[in-house]
Amino acid sequence: MSQTRYTKDHEWIRVEGQDGTVGITPYAADQLGDVVFVELPEVGKSFKQGDEIAVVESVKAASEIYAPVSGEVVAVNEALEDEPAKVNESPEGEGWFFKIRIKDSSEIEGLMDADAYQNHIE
Amino acid sequence: MTDETLHRTPLYDLHVELGAKMVPFAGYAMPVQYEGIMAEHNHTREAAGLFDVSHMGQARVTGDAGALEALITADLSQIGPGDQKYTLLLNDEGGIMDDLMVSRPDDHGFFVVVNAATKGADFAHMRDRFGRQAELIELNDRALLALQGPQAGAVMKDICPQAAKLVFMQAGRFEIDGAEVFVSRSGYTGEDGFEISINDNLAADFARRLLKDERVKPIGLGARDSLRLEAGLCLYGHDMDETTTPVEAALTWAIARTRREKGDFPGARKVLKQIEEGAAKKRVGFRLLDKAPAREGAEIAHGGEVVGVVTSGGFAPTVGAPIGMGYVPAELAKAGTGIELLVRGKARPAEIVKTPFVEQRYYRG
Repeated sequence: MSQTRYTKDHEWIRVEGQDGTVGITPYAADQLGDVVFVELPEVGKSFKQGDEIAVVESVKAASEIYAPVSGEVVAVNEALEDEPAKVNESPEGEGWFFKIRIKDSSEIEGLMDADAYQNHIE
Repeated sequence: MTDETLHRTPLYDLHVELGAKMVPFAGYAMPVQYEGIMAEHNHTREAAGLFDVSHMGQARVTGDAGALEALITADLSQIGPGDQKYTLLLNDEGGIMDDLMVSRPDDHGFFVVVNAATKGADFAHMRDRFGRQAELIELNDRALLALQGPQAGAVMKDICPQAAKLVFMQAGRFEIDGAEVFVSRSGYTGEDGFEISINDNLAADFARRLLKDERVKPIGLGARDSLRLEAGLCLYGHDMDETTTPVEAALTWAIARTRREKGDFPGARKVLKQIEEGAAKKRVGFRLLDKAPAREGAEIAHGGEVVGVVTSGGFAPTVGAPIGMGYVPAELAKAGTGIELLVRGKARPAEIVKTPFVEQRYYRG
């Protein structure tokens, strides 16, 4: 059973048990335009909720990605190194950024569900 | 600045209708992109892109040509009717106040096009220095469109065969659909193309007519920037400003030979000394060896020591890699020199390369 939650900064996190997979929303990918590089965090590093954890670069500009929850990075999507455009093509699928072991699941409850996020961007 | 206080070009409504994402730029609401920077960039390199550059300053200068010549680096005697030159407006210390295009559509004075962000200062400076010798008339009722790309010539041939006969850096007055236009074969993408000055009330219809041609697509400021960077062309306020001289900016070629011989351009003493002895710093192009772009403001290092700063940088769609320009000590300016770029604190390997990054394809007949 998985659930997907959203931040006001347009990250999504799909929670499966202890781990969450993180990426940016289709809305954010569209706003950024063509993604040309993603600077991913190091596996094993810990972050607090709201910390800058990754950077996504479009042709025009660099944008920071913030940790949606506190935890330790357990995997990164190495495929983005060769194909950063996956972020545009499939932001909620193959364009995921990293997986994080969630430290405090109560932080998940504070994030938006799909309906609330939809309202947030409208 | 709020949207209400931003100036609008005569094509504003058309941009909005075409779905452009509008952003504030040099006091104007301008389209940054329509369908996407990468697609627009590639379309311009493969077919033809239409750019609204109406925010730039257009003016006519009449009177004593010597009054204008005294402020810039061109030899105006070399600009006959139908010619155009890229030139630099210099301050008295040889610092670059702006880069501009000067042309002579007819026998009655010169036509100048200057950057949007600097036009107020440029025109005030010119008027101040002209005194009664010459007059500057701002052409605020004219729009400026750029048509750029390998198909631009063919598109122009269909609407104005006479203008299509121009070659790179030629200019003239023509008639299109009864409208008097001033066309030059130039632009800022490295591609063949035209800049078309037209009365503001006719501009939108003219743009629509061009866009009906399937070879032509509207292009925003985002792709304009990546195209000009690949072409190795300086952006005023970024790659050059009043603190840089033409020698430092690698624009010595824009100082006419006759002006160097006479030594009569602003700041000539300092600039000629730099031509002779070399300047301490120099603008160079670089290419990153990995994929992280280095943006404007990133530090350039060599052997672990910071030696310069990036003045323009980003991902180059045609090159397929991150590239940029910046200033380094002259001894490091040679192509092939290894440097590092500090991107978010991490040193990224890069190499100084020759510019342009993408071969310029100007039409020279």
